[in-house]
Amino acid sequence: MKHFTRLFTDLDQTTKTLGKIKALIDYFGKASDQDKLWAIALLSHRRPKRTVNANYLAQWANELSGLPEWLFYESYTVVGDLAETITLVLPSEFEESDFSLTYWIDFIKALEPLEVPEKKEKILWAWGQLNETERFVFNKLITGGFRIGVSQQLMVKALAKFADVKENVVAHRLMGNWSPELDTFSGLLYTTDGTDVSKPYPFYLAYALEDDVHTLGEPHEWIAERKWDGIRGQVIVRSGQLFVWSRGEELVTDKYPEYQEMLKLLPDGTAIDGEILPFKGDLPMAFAALQTRIGRKNLSAKLLKEVPVAFVAYDVLEWQGEDIRTWKFEDRRARLEAICPVNHPVLRLSPAVTFDTWEQLALERERSREFLSEGIMLKRKDSIYRNGRRRGDWWKWKINPFTVDAVMIYAMRGHGRRANLYTDYTFAVWDGDQLVPFTKAYSGLTDEEIREVDRWVKQNTVERFGPVRSVKPELVFEIAFEGINRSSRHKSGIALRFPRMARWRKDKTASEANTLNDLNSLLRFSEAGR
Amino acid sequence: MALLQFTDRGIFCERAGVYLDPWKPVDKAIVSHGHSDHAHWGHKHYLCTQDAMPVIRHRLNLQDNIQTLAYGETLNINGVDFSFHPAGHIPGSAQIRVEHGGEVWVFSGDYKLQHDGISTPFEPVKCNVFITESTFGLPVYKWKPQQEVFDEINAWWRNNQQQGKTSVIAGYTLGKAQRILKNVDASIGRIFTHGAVDSINEVMRQQGFVLPEAPRVTDEFKKPDLQGALIVCPPSALGSPWMRRFLPYSLGVASGWMKLRGTRRRRGADRGFVLSDHADWDDLNLAIRETGASKVFVTHGYAEIFSQWLSSRAIEAYEVKTRFEGELGEIDESAKEEGQV
Repeated sequence: MKHFTRLFTDLDQTTKTLGKIKALIDYFGKASDQDKLWAIALLSHRRPKRTVNANYLAQWANELSGLPEWLFYESYTVVGDLAETITLVLPSEFEESDFSLTYWIDFIKALEPLEVPEKKEKILWAWGQLNETERFVFNKLITGGFRIGVSQQLMVKALAKFADVKENVVAHRLMGNWSPELDTFSGLLYTTDGTDVSKPYPFYLAYALEDDVHTLGEPHEWIAERKWDGIRGQVIVRSGQLFVWSRGEELVTDKYPEYQEMLKLLPDGTAIDGEILPFKGDLPMAFAALQTRIGRKNLSAKLLKEVPVAFVAYDVLEWQGEDIRTWKFEDRRARLEAICPVNHPVLRLSPAVTFDTWEQLALERERSREFLSEGIMLKRKDSIYRNGRRRGDWWKWKINPFTVDAVMIYAMRGHGRRANLYTDYTFAVWDGDQLVPFTKAYSGLTDEEIREVDRWVKQNTVERFGPVRSVKPELVFEIAFEGINRSSRHKSGIALRFPRMARWRKDKTASEANTLNDLNSLLRFSEAGR
Repeated sequence: MALLQFTDRGIFCERAGVYLDPWKPVDKAIVSHGHSDHAHWGHKHYLCTQDAMPVIRHRLNLQDNIQTLAYGETLNINGVDFSFHPAGHIPGSAQIRVEHGGEVWVFSGDYKLQHDGISTPFEPVKCNVFITESTFGLPVYKWKPQQEVFDEINAWWRNNQQQGKTSVIAGYTLGKAQRILKNVDASIGRIFTHGAVDSINEVMRQQGFVLPEAPRVTDEFKKPDLQGALIVCPPSALGSPWMRRFLPYSLGVASGWMKLRGTRRRRGADRGFVLSDHADWDDLNLAIRETGASKVFVTHGYAEIFSQWLSSRAIEAYEVKTRFEGELGEIDESAKEEGQV
């Protein structure tokens, strides 16, 4: 555990990519193969099954600390991380020990069948063997969520360098269904047999176009498509089986039973990149509709009928069992057009938007809302399919968001790097002389503005309810959002897509904020566009 | 009438007609220490400790309207006895003791119990009513012994030096910066300071504090001089163009807030050193016990939670709203007000 804790500390202590890569390589050089595998898994969000309820951990730590329960929870709202709060309140005494990372993971796994009192005894023993940072790592192993700024790309770079394997090969091997329990380090990195038929390719992601579109050069070098608002996914047919992956590297085949049809539509040895998107007739539905299906364990026949899902194909990555990501995009696109029946209810080609000049494309972009799309995707005709988020060949050119001016009425403390700061706000608009809450927003302010708002919140609190403070209705923010829908779950009757703070309107007083009527006209406008 | 009252100008002793650490201009101000949320500009008369005087006079640009007392010395104003007692927060910082007719109140100002090697150590003062800060009044804030923190700082500096990097450490200009200078291992390499730190150092050297040589960074020093050195600057200098001359550098921040991983990551520093000039959870509780006070008022920090905690321990406690900001204010405070970059 000392090596892994060192790695964790090193990664946490540097904000620089090179420093992080160096820390990972140092670790790979020192740790056993089994520990290496676990480290890779933990840093790519694969963790052992949770065997102890986090509430028990909190309760036991609380008992050991001798603090009243309410004080523990007040501390938690400030710290913003349960594993860390537990670590900080525990008595500092411990016995020096050095068991391996794999030892502790096996230890945690072995807790599963035990009764609660036995689990407690084991956990207390473990805390007694670990210093403060090790305890934090241990608690995180149980509660999950090592957010330490190691992206997949960074991990790939470090492993490629350490193992002397090409980056794109490492990236592909790290995708999909491997597990530190079943695979070995060398098996994961060096074997080339295709034992895992489900393995997806890493997604190529685009950055937002911030410069003028003319900076992209000649229009005829580009292909444009609509930017669809669903879930990015990959459909794979191999060995007569279908696999559907979401961008979060989750295997979601079972969630979209409609897609079984793909087995008839696609030949063996095909991988297609695209968007999981609900379609009714020939029109896409709002993301809110898809949300009703996400997270459902059982998909009722009614839901399947109300929200039928199609796959809108963007690209083909594997054809006849061959990795064709290095083909030019226009060639892959031609192949894709040959594969996809244009209007099949389950598999649809993402249509190209034709244009000769950037001005024409700009006009098409203005029509995005009619298609329920978020804007335009631009892909260079001769681009290969790359890994991860890259600049240059692919760009997303989004439409300008809707905006309203709203009054902040509640504030809550944030988590993670925003711990101990009031960063999560609830906003309201006027309905007559009442302020009606209609959205929350967390992002968009600079660190300096956050500190200023935080201080203001502390000085202008009207009431506290647990972690939430109601504040004087004085501050006005411009809220930007991508879409607006009716919602029976919200008091205001509306729900926003991607709300965030576009700017702090220090020039406006609360009375100048927008009204519920304004929001309702936006809603009607948006519905009329469909 | 209570001996001290909480008003919108500051803590007021009506009988003597004086305010303690007022934040709006008043006639007579008794000031606990020189941090800007306690020593405000614009009062007619100031009273502080002898050790705090030079810095307060320098920062507020005062002439003759500042009077001093030694620690423990008493001044009687209209039948009320006022005296200063070491608070251990920064050099010259004091708790203010107020006595009238056998009733004793103590206003803590900011304080810490840990010895920092430069401030006169905190002394508990018995009282009936104690007004305490609560900057770090949560059980998650517990400090390590100072030496362990300086071992970390020294190791970090050495390691950066080996890699050809400059070490830039940010800490508040008054107090934290001098504490770092006084305790860091000056044999590792050269030390330089930001102008805002240097001007405070100058004032403190003149009053007799001994600090290692740490010249102000100016254009006369070139890259080879700065490489491998330690630079002490205020947090407000972070991210400013002034920092570019130190590239490549590693950035450290010294503050109690560095105890939390979230705040540490938010500052975007390479290293957070948990070094605070305020009492931690255990020391706040210890200090309050030692006063023997039967009533406690809790000011800046986690005042509401901390007063609730004291109440649950059968101590009569109340939250008080003030304009004091503790370490948060110190971090935000800009370097602009003092000295050039």
